Amino acid sequence: MSELNKTGAPAADKVREALREFGLPRLIIAAFLLLMFIIAPFTGTNLLSQITNVINRFSWNAVLVLAMVPMVHSGCGLNFGLPVGIIAGLLGATLSIEWGFSGPLSFLMAMLIATPFAIVFGLAYGWLLNKIKGGEMMIATYVGFSVVSFFCMMWLVLPYKKPDMAWGFEGTGLRTTFPIDKYYGGVLSNFLRIQIGKLVIPTGALLFFALLAFLIWAFLHTKTGTAMTAVGSNPVFARAAGIDVDKIRMLSVVMSTWLAAIGILVYEQGFGFVQLYNAPFNMALPAVSAILIGGATANKASITNVVIGTILFQGIVTMTPTVMNGLINLDISEVLRMVVSNGMILYALTRKTEATR
Amino acid sequence: MSNQAPLLELRNIKKDFFGNQVLEDINLTLREGEVLGLVGENGAGKSTLMKILFGMNEIRETGGYGGDILLGGEKVSFATPFEALEHGIGMVHQEFSLIPGFAATENILLNREPQKKSVLSEVFGERLNTLDRRAMGERAEKAIDKMGVHIDSDMIISDMPVGHKQFTEIARELSKEQLRLLILDEPTAVLTEQEAEALLESIRGMSARGIAVIFITHRLQEILNVCDTVAVMRDGRMVQSVPAKETNVQEITRWMVGRSVNTAQEDARPVPETRTILSIERLWVDMPGEIVRDVNLDVREGEILGIGGLAGQGKLGIPNGIMGLYDAGGKVTFDGQPIPLNSPRKCLDANLAFVSEDRRGVGLLLDESLEWNISFPAMQNQNKFLKPVLGGLVKWRDDAAIREVTQKYIEELQIRCTSSRQKAKELSGGNQQKVCLAKAFALNPKFLFVSEPTRGIDVGAKALVLKALKKFNRENGVTIVMISSELEELRQICDRIAIVSGGRIAGIRPATDSSEDFGALMVSQVV
Amino acid sequence: MNSNKTSGQKLLGFLAANSVPIMFILIIALCIPVVGFSPTFLLNEIVTRLSRNAFLILSLLIPIMAGMGLNFGMTLGAMAAEIALIFTSDWQIWGIPGIVLAMILSIPISAALGVLCGRILNAARGREMITSYIISFFMNGVYQLVVLYMMGSIIPIIHNNIKLPRGYGVRSSVDLTRIRKCLDNLVAVNIAGVRIPVLTILIIVAMCLVIVWFRRTKLGQDMRAVGQDMEVARAAGIDVERTRLISIVISTVLAGIGMVIYLQNMGDMATYSSHSQIGMFCIAALLVGGASVDKASIGNVFLGVILFHTMFILAPSAGAKITGNEVIGEYFRVFVSYGVITVALIMYETKKRREKAGIGQQLAAAQKEEGK
Repeated sequence: MSELNKTGAPAADKVREALREFGLPRLIIAAFLLLMFIIAPFTGTNLLSQITNVINRFSWNAVLVLAMVPMVHSGCGLNFGLPVGIIAGLLGATLSIEWGFSGPLSFLMAMLIATPFAIVFGLAYGWLLNKIKGGEMMIATYVGFSVVSFFCMMWLVLPYKKPDMAWGFEGTGLRTTFPIDKYYGGVLSNFLRIQIGKLVIPTGALLFFALLAFLIWAFLHTKTGTAMTAVGSNPVFARAAGIDVDKIRMLSVVMSTWLAAIGILVYEQGFGFVQLYNAPFNMALPAVSAILIGGATANKASITNVVIGTILFQGIVTMTPTVMNGLINLDISEVLRMVVSNGMILYALTRKTEATR
Repeated sequence: MSNQAPLLELRNIKKDFFGNQVLEDINLTLREGEVLGLVGENGAGKSTLMKILFGMNEIRETGGYGGDILLGGEKVSFATPFEALEHGIGMVHQEFSLIPGFAATENILLNREPQKKSVLSEVFGERLNTLDRRAMGERAEKAIDKMGVHIDSDMIISDMPVGHKQFTEIARELSKEQLRLLILDEPTAVLTEQEAEALLESIRGMSARGIAVIFITHRLQEILNVCDTVAVMRDGRMVQSVPAKETNVQEITRWMVGRSVNTAQEDARPVPETRTILSIERLWVDMPGEIVRDVNLDVREGEILGIGGLAGQGKLGIPNGIMGLYDAGGKVTFDGQPIPLNSPRKCLDANLAFVSEDRRGVGLLLDESLEWNISFPAMQNQNKFLKPVLGGLVKWRDDAAIREVTQKYIEELQIRCTSSRQKAKELSGGNQQKVCLAKAFALNPKFLFVSEPTRGIDVGAKALVLKALKKFNRENGVTIVMISSELEELRQICDRIAIVSGGRIAGIRPATDSSEDFGALMVSQVV
Repeated sequence: MNSNKTSGQKLLGFLAANSVPIMFILIIALCIPVVGFSPTFLLNEIVTRLSRNAFLILSLLIPIMAGMGLNFGMTLGAMAAEIALIFTSDWQIWGIPGIVLAMILSIPISAALGVLCGRILNAARGREMITSYIISFFMNGVYQLVVLYMMGSIIPIIHNNIKLPRGYGVRSSVDLTRIRKCLDNLVAVNIAGVRIPVLTILIIVAMCLVIVWFRRTKLGQDMRAVGQDMEVARAAGIDVERTRLISIVISTVLAGIGMVIYLQNMGDMATYSSHSQIGMFCIAALLVGGASVDKASIGNVFLGVILFHTMFILAPSAGAKITGNEVIGEYFRVFVSYGVITVALIMYETKKRREKAGIGQQLAAAQKEEGK
């Protein structure tokens, strides 16, 4: 952006260029959200509680969106295989509870237990993606689905006993959804929570995201992080410059998988429930479209894209239903979410610049 | 001869690519049934001329051409290759244009299949006609007969030896009833000796049927064997056009490479008689289109060694193979140490550097800044431009140091850019090439491979690049191996020049030797 | 070239090429004794499912021929069929006329959706499958917008048993009892306790013949050419984009007709979910039959339907017998569906890479020989 000022182009051209860079769909979404915020007060909805809502949803989802960044940077494309990492996170969550940890400690243990799973899954997943360079996105989608449906069986079969999460007395597997108030529900959100009237800020969760985002940002400034960006930008260049492309890609997949594992734990602590079985199926697409809405492309993504994208996406998802309800007494949030998120992905897939990657 | 208008006449054909003149005043006539051999070094303008004749899109997209094309005395101008086809011009390209899973017959008649109407096609349109397989077989056989070389019309293309693929393409052109002029672009490059012989025979057959042929090849003997006329192009001009009977290989070679002025360097130094620093033994490289077979070559410390040769003969494969970008085998020793092949990292660690001929594909991170492009290899391989943070716990990019070194090279190589943070893709070709050089220089190599450093860049940038390379060699004592298809350019800055032909080293001579000697080497073992 | 292979190599090659169907036959062979269904019951089920699904799966063949991979966008045709059936139910046209009318109504809708889908896929060349997959999700959203919000408010819906109580939008289930199995039962015979819906099967056979004929047409030949090498086809003057577009339109239209056949057999339509999984199950069945992303035959369709659906019938009971939990069998069959698609996609991508590397290896070997 800074070069633009130096080229001395007329202001109108600069604006046009900036708009083109920003992309029409993004502009529409941002404008739409702005409109929602303006209309909101007139429909009788409380603006502050709406903002609280958006911030809350942001704090749940941001880490999952952040999990896109490493793989996009190394050129592995959009991580449609997010569920692989989510499963690692769910294993951490359930085992931590099963083994009797509670309160904040259970969150810490869940993260610790999820880590080795995430690393092993990430290595296997990364190995596979290195075998099928060029076809990552489709295969990632179905690898994610396969893993989720495999674990659907595992949740039934594995000998979980803790009554808080298992079905009945026979111990025939885990429940589809269970609350985690006794464990780590709200453990981050309630930490240093700020409440000003109706405006509530989940400081802890935001700080936690900031910490992870900072770590990724810092990593991208290291030698290896620089190599990762180069691999994504032009793998042949990177190879000619002595980089082991496969190893860097592998590392990026492990990082993404681990972030997804942590991301689902953060999501759960905000949401207050653990969702098993089919729930992870629907986690990948919103995260993918969020980062695209934030301005990322199939091989370029920044922390800013994550923050902007998550705010815009969650903003639309939370604001629209309430405003629409207030306005015409119609709840089309689900439909809108589907059209917006998948439309955004389609837009990204069909753009020429990205097709010639 | 008769007063009849010639089949084809080119008058004052001119073409420039964005101000860069590639064809000037080309005049050519071709009678019915005449076989014309068209020769010239790469870049002499042969392909551009054929593209104009064939109405290729890229000619129109780059501003069209000057002069007139007359076909049978009538002025024509083709907007698309299809129009050229309609006027009876056929062309067999170097790259196969065949559907791999189709049989020869299906390819010969691709999109021109004889069809049978049916009830459904009356309703839904012609595309629902069924194919008339029998008529297809007959027409394909007829075309194959016309060619005079037998190929199995039912064989699937992917099961065919390369030679037969070539013949399938020729048969496809011959199956077009209206064919009057056939352009063959290096058709014998992929053929065995016997197949090539058969092709020449078939060209004679076509000629007897009244089909004119323009035959482009580097194998000069073939030209003499089969052509009526030889036309020689050099630097975008038609330098000679004589009956084939009146000339010989030596003479043609001289026309091809000859220059009116001797451009050899004025400040030539005696060839350094130093020790061998890089020794290549029995190198083979599998680089598609630039295959290297059994190359032996010694490079002397401190010299600039040129590697020349025609395109496709393997000169580019040598640096790409050694630097690990393509599968290679053999033995390479640098400074007494063996260099493992197929590992770019090991080469860089041994202080070798490479400037690739494929600037946009291999040489640059197009979407990143100049700073990144120039500093990246040095950072990754030599831990330069890094600074410790948190008391050395982690190391970060040192953006200040990176900017400094980039600025240094921007000044030294006169890279024209808005700032060191401009993206590489926004620069012109010449400036991109300078960035590639800077990237290699930043590694402080002992040995530098430079591949086609002046390809596609303007004259000013060319001179600058060559000067920078010479300076780098003279001041830092870096041994340079420069690969280029432009012999004159090699003669300007090299001490010795090796010529690659047919994937092998055909000979090494001091750069001060005459162009004709190098030209003879170039075509000596052409495959 | 291939003639000098030994019979052992041939057998190994056959096993490797057909590993997916063979694996399924093994699973089924293991399950049948465990479950202990009677042959008549099993045969009846297989015949029912064959007549229910085969037409839908046939719709996948043509895009594969045109090199566009597995058409996840066939869901669009299914949506068109559902919209058509909502209308015919609302107009209370039942029986065979209802079915035929639904098929006819579905055609313009699926054709329009097919054109849209084909246009988008032409813009996303090289990543058709992921794009068609996302299109199916995207259009699902649009479908809900139309069916849940516009029907009854903007688009007239007469009967209250179709509308939601709130006055607009279609109920989550549309009752198709009155066209249930109309097609299947019109001409049906019983052979040894197995009920065979002759007419439906005749329609399917007719469709197979149409596909065989289609392959021999000019358009079919063009599609095969485009599927193998777009650039060569373009150089020969074939309109590549249009050919690809047509293949998607045909596929979508066939999927729409197939969906009507499917739903008349079910006799009940889950308005918001019937179509959502249909693409996945059809694709999985085709792949189980031994098809791959770039090659599929009519034989693959029938073998696939039989193997995949036998597994589908057996899995819940087998799961219940083995683990004492019926749900696990249901999860198992979902897992198998996804797993089969995953494996097929991986095999396709690795094959593509191996072919590329194979050329290089040949050259290297030849030069090595020469170097000695």
